[in-house]
Amino acid sequence: MTVKHHLTDDLLMAYSAGDLPEAVNLIVATHISLCDECRAALGSYDAVGGAVLDTCTTVEMSKASLNTVLDMIHAQDTLAQDKPVSTSIKDDVLPAPLIDYVGGGLENVRWRSAGMGVKQAILPTSKDATGRLLYIPAGTAIPDHGHSGLELTLVLKGAFQDEGGYFGRGDIEVASEDLNHTPVADISEDCICLAVTDAPLKFKGLVPRIAQPFLGI
Amino acid sequence: MRDSGGMGANGTDILTAGMTNDVVPWVDDLIAVRDARDEGAFIRVFGHFGPRVKAFLMRTGMDAALAEECAQEVLVTVWNKAHLYDATRASPSTWIFTIARNKKIDVLRKQRRPEPEDLPWGPESEPDQEDVIGLQQESEQLGRALRDLPEKQRELIEKAYFGDLSHSEIADQTGLPLGTIKSRIRLALERLRHSMK
Repeated sequence: MTVKHHLTDDLLMAYSAGDLPEAVNLIVATHISLCDECRAALGSYDAVGGAVLDTCTTVEMSKASLNTVLDMIHAQDTLAQDKPVSTSIKDDVLPAPLIDYVGGGLENVRWRSAGMGVKQAILPTSKDATGRLLYIPAGTAIPDHGHSGLELTLVLKGAFQDEGGYFGRGDIEVASEDLNHTPVADISEDCICLAVTDAPLKFKGLVPRIAQPFLGI
Repeated sequence: MRDSGGMGANGTDILTAGMTNDVVPWVDDLIAVRDARDEGAFIRVFGHFGPRVKAFLMRTGMDAALAEECAQEVLVTVWNKAHLYDATRASPSTWIFTIARNKKIDVLRKQRRPEPEDLPWGPESEPDQEDVIGLQQESEQLGRALRDLPEKQRELIEKAYFGDLSHSEIADQTGLPLGTIKSRIRLALERLRHSMK
């Protein structure tokens, strides 16, 4: 699998620094799960964070802190080791970070109809950005829309095409305010995407504007 | 160059110096914590990283008392999760930075942080000492490159990592146009990249 559309440096650095809303972290983590190139790039941003930590000023810890910490580790060492963090569930479409938010594999997604055969499922994240899974039947177009903020779209299954190019599994489109686009799902198979927005979308036509409150996008 | 901030740091240093290399500070201690649950090694790690993590957390906007409490918890996590430390993938500073960063997200943003899926590792799980030293040398080099950056660029990198500030908030704080900030950060990262070649 070769990913052709990658995360921007801004997003990778902000993910490393921990400055992104939860839904944006989720799409970054999901893309990295599918993209070795961005995984390696993230490694270097984390290394910069480590270097900053190492070269920065220090603030003395309180005198009691060492004993407090030793007491804490003694108390915890009697407990069992860490419970395993990664789930054992595997899914051909959903990488681990999404399995976590869906609470299982693709069959556990609670889809809701969004009209025109499109289905969506909003994921439980903090409110400062919205993450949703979209199910777009083969050949269907999502209405032409612009953005008042950032829109990130990551393909999990199938493919879509728009003004920005052709996007297959693992590819992420980073659309900002100046991009008006009409993504069309590839004709050969249904498309499943993870889409994240940090502000409502602006549709151009009248009908989608009426549909917007129902879509919740 | 080695910072001997850890208490009683020299005891085991002498013992282990011959085994690896002086350019890999804290790796041996973290591995001793991981494999032998060595409290002496942990105390040295605590002595070096505790005050740095506390300073980091204070710069993200925590007051001294909260930063102290969170720094303690970060070090407890270092002990509890030491089995996940892989010296071929991250320097001790990088690994501890990621734990402190996650603590920051947890406490300040009240969010959990989605992490990428772990790579499936092949059967060759025994880390190659060469790889460990290579990675640690690169980390040292990166630290030097960061210190050598022009003051203004280094400050922006620090703000981006420590300040919990978005680029536009940095713009408000420094009065610099957003475009200037982005290009300075890009320039700084370019220099860091160049120095690693």
